[in-house]
Amino acid sequence: MSVTSIATPTKRSVVVTVLRSVLVVFFAFPIVFMLVSSLKPDLQIFADLGSWRAFLPVGDVSFANYTGVFDRVPFARFILNSVLISGVTIALGILVNSMAAFALARLRWRGRGLVLGLVLATLIVPFETLALPLLWWVNKLPSFEADGFSLAFKQGWLDTYQVQIIPFIANAFSMYLFYQYFASIPRELDEAARMDGAGWFAIYRTVIMPLSGPAIATVAILTFLPAWNSYLWPLMVVQSEELRPVMIGLQYFFQLNTSWGQVMAYSSLITIPVVALFLAFQRSFINSIASSGVKG
Amino acid sequence: MSRRNRRIVAASLTALAVAGTAACSTGSSASSDGPATIDLWTHAGGNEAELGVINTIVEDFNASQDQYTVNVQDFPQDAYNDAVVAAASSDNLPCIVDVDGPNVANWAWAGYIQPLGLPDETFEGQLAGTLGKIDGEVYAYGYFDVALAMFSRQSVLDEAGVRVPTVAEPWTKDEFMDALAKIDGLGQFEHPLDLGTGGGGEWIPYAYSPFLQSFGGDLIDRSDFQSAEGAINGPEALEWAAWFRGLVESGHMAQTSGEDATADFVNGKSGLLYTGNWADTTVKEAFDDAVVLPPPDLGAGPKIGAGSWQWAMAEGCEDVEAARAYLDFAHDTKYFVEYGNAVGLIPATLDAAAEIPAYAEGGENRIYLEMADQFAVVRPETPAYPFISSVFQKATKDILAGGDAKSILDRAAADIDRDIQQNGGYTS
Repeated sequence: MSVTSIATPTKRSVVVTVLRSVLVVFFAFPIVFMLVSSLKPDLQIFADLGSWRAFLPVGDVSFANYTGVFDRVPFARFILNSVLISGVTIALGILVNSMAAFALARLRWRGRGLVLGLVLATLIVPFETLALPLLWWVNKLPSFEADGFSLAFKQGWLDTYQVQIIPFIANAFSMYLFYQYFASIPRELDEAARMDGAGWFAIYRTVIMPLSGPAIATVAILTFLPAWNSYLWPLMVVQSEELRPVMIGLQYFFQLNTSWGQVMAYSSLITIPVVALFLAFQRSFINSIASSGVKG
Repeated sequence: MSRRNRRIVAASLTALAVAGTAACSTGSSASSDGPATIDLWTHAGGNEAELGVINTIVEDFNASQDQYTVNVQDFPQDAYNDAVVAAASSDNLPCIVDVDGPNVANWAWAGYIQPLGLPDETFEGQLAGTLGKIDGEVYAYGYFDVALAMFSRQSVLDEAGVRVPTVAEPWTKDEFMDALAKIDGLGQFEHPLDLGTGGGGEWIPYAYSPFLQSFGGDLIDRSDFQSAEGAINGPEALEWAAWFRGLVESGHMAQTSGEDATADFVNGKSGLLYTGNWADTTVKEAFDDAVVLPPPDLGAGPKIGAGSWQWAMAEGCEDVEAARAYLDFAHDTKYFVEYGNAVGLIPATLDAAAEIPAYAEGGENRIYLEMADQFAVVRPETPAYPFISSVFQKATKDILAGGDAKSILDRAAADIDRDIQQNGGYTS
């Protein structure tokens, strides 16, 4: 082996490492700026702009902005609401979309191609187009309201948790992800299970779903992100403060004199769950994206 | 488990899930006993000072009688208008809403709000810009207004050799341009002037249409509010556009300033700041020698915007008497004073101003009241205003970016006229 052939891979790895580092720094800049600015007074944030100080925790650094956030808004309530809404939407979304995808990918029935086409066609309709008709519908739907130990009937889902959850459970993109993944699982597994006496639901539950970890993780993340970042819909359907999610909470800080430090502190706090979820599912997420060839 | 049992379990789980989500709900409730409850919505969410005053008024009203109870629901300001429009679309408006001044005519035309039905004498002594009046009927009243002003430092003006303008004797256009050149000549600032060109949305018509009006132009012909032709694109408007773009070309201001012009001014990036009097405290805390100046007279007199948040009664209110009783009760000088003390903005009545030292005769903030009284021009009181606003926003940004002013303003006039035509003149 020559000296050149040893040096070349080393040089390449150095170049790759440098390039990766540059990309890491590039993508990390906004987050670092947000975190650092959350520790500074408003005027210092603007004084530091345009220099490296903007990315360093220097000067009059404190947690006063975080204290201000907790004083100003019911942060725990907003976070709990978003966790509940996102969590239930993810759980029910995985169940409903995977079952629908299973029926489309594994069962033989007339018209399934057409149904799949119709489901995919809904992907081209933006939510903003559907928002007002959906608002009209949810305002007409019957609902129940807890009244002590009894349930009282009322019309309309406005100002509830379910109006923030149920319209987003069935999702064409999630269904398509599951469909693609299920279609790649060998059919011989179904046949073997059927020979052992398993029904379709047993095959779905004990054969297909246990093999679909990456797809489940991807759907979980892709369902979580819009649920967590949801703004327009809760703005339209929720009036009570105790039902508002985190993104509506961010708007509390934009006043005539905006407190930018508190905006950064609040943004940092609501970013933590997103980063945590991604780190937890990172490997499955990347695997699924790589195997399905679908970009989120 | 048999297939039948599985189905029963699945059905039960579904029922439980539905019941569970229903149990989480907290929709509004009404009781058939006791006082009638009406809802009041406000944009003051996150603004402790303003919300505190609103809560005080509501608590006082609720305690003052036993027929009605008012229930406050606050929203963050940037989310408020969309929430109201969505509620109106689904017939869920509360009885009392607050509304931004320039939107009053549009909301009245859209059927969101109705005339207050309070006696005219209720509003005597109130600044014109704080009343939402359409065809002689009052649809809304506000507790405060805001004035646009120029902020600088006495030391900077002295060093530059610039006269300090007053409300009685504001800078002329030539004096203003001379002042900018002299402040620029000090070499202390990135730009001598910051007009807040980094701002967007309603800030643009609020802040910059007064300059257009000071040149003699306007957003629309106010004789009948049916056309913008000649107002937004006449010779005066072209003069305004050339002047405005000229400030960028000469380096006197940035085409897009920082996100927070007040912070930049305090940090020494500009020598002359143009913003609302909400920045007063920040500027005066930063500089002992801060001075508040009127905007320049660009030919047709100095002008500033007017019209802040006001209180109105929703069209679909089922208990109009309750809403009217509240709005009558709340229109009391002591609440105008409380508002003025809490938010620091201009009290809407002269009686209230007299009770707030800063705004009383000789007070340090009296200049804002004088400017609001003498220079204020209400944004056009027409249902077309939200559209006019969006057209003006785009036109202004295009002009600042160096586009051809004549074609930009001709297009703006044509767009506004077409919108008015398409909506039947907004007459019904």
